[in-house]
Amino acid sequence: MAKITDRSRDIGEFVPRPDDGMIICRCEEVTKGEIRRAVHDGMWTMAEIRRYLRCTMGLCQGQTCSKLVKGIVASELGVPGSELEPATSRSPMRPVEMRVFANEVEAK
Amino acid sequence: MKNTADVIIVGAGIIGNASAYYLAKKGYRVLVLEESDIVGDGGSSRNGGGVRQSGRDPRELPLAMYGIKNLWPTLSEELGRDVEYVQEGNLRLGKTEKHLQILQGLTDRAVKCGLEVSMISGDEVRQINPYLSEEVIGASWCPTDGHANPLYATLAYYAAARRLGVRFITGESVVALKKLRGAVRKVITKENEYEADQVVLACGLGARKIAGTVGIDIPMVSMMLESLVTEAEPVMFGQMLGTAEADFYGHQTKHGSFVFGGTTGLENVVKDNGTPVNCSLAAPSTCRGIIRYVPRLSEAKIVRTWAGWMDYCADGVPVIDTVDEVPGLVLACGFSGHGFGISPAVGTVVAQLVAGEETSCDISGLKYDRFHAKS
Repeated sequence: MAKITDRSRDIGEFVPRPDDGMIICRCEEVTKGEIRRAVHDGMWTMAEIRRYLRCTMGLCQGQTCSKLVKGIVASELGVPGSELEPATSRSPMRPVEMRVFANEVEAK
Repeated sequence: MKNTADVIIVGAGIIGNASAYYLAKKGYRVLVLEESDIVGDGGSSRNGGGVRQSGRDPRELPLAMYGIKNLWPTLSEELGRDVEYVQEGNLRLGKTEKHLQILQGLTDRAVKCGLEVSMISGDEVRQINPYLSEEVIGASWCPTDGHANPLYATLAYYAAARRLGVRFITGESVVALKKLRGAVRKVITKENEYEADQVVLACGLGARKIAGTVGIDIPMVSMMLESLVTEAEPVMFGQMLGTAEADFYGHQTKHGSFVFGGTTGLENVVKDNGTPVNCSLAAPSTCRGIIRYVPRLSEAKIVRTWAGWMDYCADGVPVIDTVDEVPGLVLACGFSGHGFGISPAVGTVVAQLVAGEETSCDISGLKYDRFHAKS
């Protein structure tokens, strides 16, 4: 579980790259450069990255881009991807209308 | 790296991060210790985003009013990141005469404290927000209230504090404090020891156990609250909504999605699995509440639900204070589910308490030794 991590560890300067404009999270239109920049702002976990940028929080809930985002964060931190915990998956599995959710008991 | 600092803050939620930021601005060397692997993973990223003064206890109202007047309007600029602060008012809605009595009581209390808030009729409510149903017969209206994005605000304070040189260590679980020559000095974690001249406990429920190691007890319990978010909808309204019955509260975000929280009445008896897990009763109950007030949203799709623990204080307002028996210790905990809106003001005040300055707001009602038996 908890692993002691000093967030001041030197991960080097942010260096712009030619493919920074590539869109990684299509639902929320987040680019590779934005994700790399966020790591240098201190967002070192998948949960922080998603909350900071909204990537993996759109319609597909990260089913498309989670792995790509994870790879970018891991490479920026210089750690293997297996060291990064995925962000929590949350119910419902598919988007559900409020009126359907509300039907769990009969209307009074 | 050395394990010392001028000030150690325990807890990297928005209260800890804001305090770290304002202390660093004053020139202090600050170290923040966070038990979780994730910064801001508690209530800071699980709340409804309300930035309101109306409906607050008079004891914490000065913090809310100070923040909305002096800090929130320029916070995005100050932190270098959009925190999506919107000031389009708060409607607290009522559907029955009893609701209106509750709202009138809250309103009278707030007016006495100098807050601009008034009771309005159902028709006036629908002039402000045409999406509200005919069931709404009145509301309290506070035009200077609003909302912001708690995820962005929490992490923006973190990033800004980091830029000012604040050191953050995550996954570092504090187990005890130790005094040296009568004042707080050592912060003991499971594996390490740190030292500082002053220690701020901004770690919610965790503060109870830690403060207990130097003989101080803050009476708070855990209570679970749940929230949900819809997919993006066309822009509908900018107000923060709440109800007299507290069956739901929320707002539409800049992104277009609606974030709503709600209560079921079972918050204080939810099964504790050690991690906040949704109770199957909560989201449906919140949805029913929302649909009755905002029928248009019945077709809106829920994309996520989540839960979080509140550090519910015995009398429902936080403890923000220095401690006579433990010089060097500052407490900022027990926010009872409404800490987000006042967090910039709390960070400011905590920094002032550490610096021994006069505080910008009256916090005399938030002392650590205010809890007494009823007879």
